[in-house]
Amino acid sequence: MPTATATDVHESAAHNSAAHNSAAADRATLLGAWRAHRNAELTTHLAYHGSPPLPQRGDRTWPERFAAAIEESGLTGRGGASFPSATKLRLVGSARGNPTLVVNAMEGEPASAKDKVLLSCVPHLVLDGAELAASALGATRIVVCVAADRPDILAGVVRAVKERAGSSLAPVPVEVQQPPARYVAGEESALVSWLNSGPGAPSWRPDKRTPLTIGRRPVLVHNAETLAHMALVARYGASAFRAVGTTDAPGTALVTVSGGVEHPGVYEVAMGTTLGSVIERTRPTADVAAVLTGGFGGSWVSAAALDTPYAPRPLAEVGGVVGPGVLVVLTRRACGIAETARLARYMAGESAGQCGPCVFGLPAVADDLAYLAIGTRDRDAIRRLEMRVATVDGRGACRHPDGVARMVRSALSVFASDAAAHGAGRPCVFANEPSVLPPTVIAPLVPTS
Amino acid sequence: MSSVIKVNPIACEAYGYCAELLPELVTLDEWGYPIVDGSAVPAHLVELARRAAKDCPRRAFLLQRAVGP
Ligand code: SF4
Ligand code: SF4
Repeated sequence: MPTATATDVHESAAHNSAAHNSAAADRATLLGAWRAHRNAELTTHLAYHGSPPLPQRGDRTWPERFAAAIEESGLTGRGGASFPSATKLRLVGSARGNPTLVVNAMEGEPASAKDKVLLSCVPHLVLDGAELAASALGATRIVVCVAADRPDILAGVVRAVKERAGSSLAPVPVEVQQPPARYVAGEESALVSWLNSGPGAPSWRPDKRTPLTIGRRPVLVHNAETLAHMALVARYGASAFRAVGTTDAPGTALVTVSGGVEHPGVYEVAMGTTLGSVIERTRPTADVAAVLTGGFGGSWVSAAALDTPYAPRPLAEVGGVVGPGVLVVLTRRACGIAETARLARYMAGESAGQCGPCVFGLPAVADDLAYLAIGTRDRDAIRRLEMRVATVDGRGACRHPDGVARMVRSALSVFASDAAAHGAGRPCVFANEPSVLPPTVIAPLVPTS
Repeated sequence: MSSVIKVNPIACEAYGYCAELLPELVTLDEWGYPIVDGSAVPAHLVELARRAAKDCPRRAFLLQRAVGP
């Protein structure tokens, strides 16, 4: 999928709002090297950050020291689930067989551009993190996954992998794979299915704790940003990581901001920065009404909560979610229900087509929303929609329908008065205005078929 | 040891036999796909649940031992 925020990557990366003013502190950020040199080459990377602290041959205590540093840093996964990275490392590290480390750079979220920024601007930080994590796990293979329709991301990865191939910076060999581009293709079990020569669709695990495998070997899937953070923690230490952010949510995070703003792009922010100040930097084009947090399967948050710190826990308290680091700004010159209808339509189209409740339920939800948005007088519309949302929630093999359920429920709550007015036959004047969503996502509000 | 019902949503093709055999525990959504609530199967229904699992043409209806949280 083409990037949502069609900003030039250089421009995007230039925005940095990590709470730093000293050059030394800037060193421990994801995009500092790029800001300083505007160059993604290995020599620049090494000049700026020094060599990654990979283990010496035969150093048996290194893996545990690495895992301990990650644990102490409090790093959590930046792909969506915000799960403690050290726990994930240890779970797979204790399984039998040499694992495979998968770098997830699928950028499945249409409104995200952070994988592109990372792999175009600081690919070696991601690869350092992958080599470090792989060494800690005793992995014998690293696979970087880039969606098949993203030659722009692929180019940066391939160049960087070639630069270090065969050197001491690549103790574990790296290959690049291109799974099909689809919203759910970046889901862990879908990626692993594809790497097992399967269809690349999510698989059903009756017990979600069943570990994923490639052949019979364990596999660990990490988001590109998570690995880049690992490379920083290994170099500068857990305390440098914790020096930014909050006690609960340390470090910086990449946030892709788009929608009704003048400067869409990828921003590196300190965790705990208020939602409002993150958005302020991107210059909203009008008064903000609400923000979609956590991507298309995320959650709307009302502008009344803009003073909420951007971090998993505080956001959850106002119904929001960090997820993969996506914010879409909705101004007062747009209809939240119409945008939600468009999001639902897109998500329905991105179903992997495997599970009945997802295949039939999501289009039904999208239809309900579309008719609501155009103001079809139907007093029962909201109740029916709520019922259908409950029907699809939790009923697929993957969490795709759950994300849609969460996003639609949040819309019915944040835009409750609009929804009621539309159900009573009074649509928004903005319902047919151009959407704030990425062009690739927009479909006609009401299907023609 | 208690048992729970799980439906493999990828395999299920909405034949609905399970709901016919076990209306106490299975309802069908508006598209004909079974809805189960994941709670323990009462002892007197275990035998029927087992049959529903055996009769499911897609082997999508599973009776499993309840696992911890
Ligand atoms: S829930 Fe939807 S997206 Fe997920 S596997 Fe099933 S059909 Fe595919
Ligand atoms: S009998 Fe099997 S295939 Fe039919 S609805 Fe039940 S679970 Fe699905």
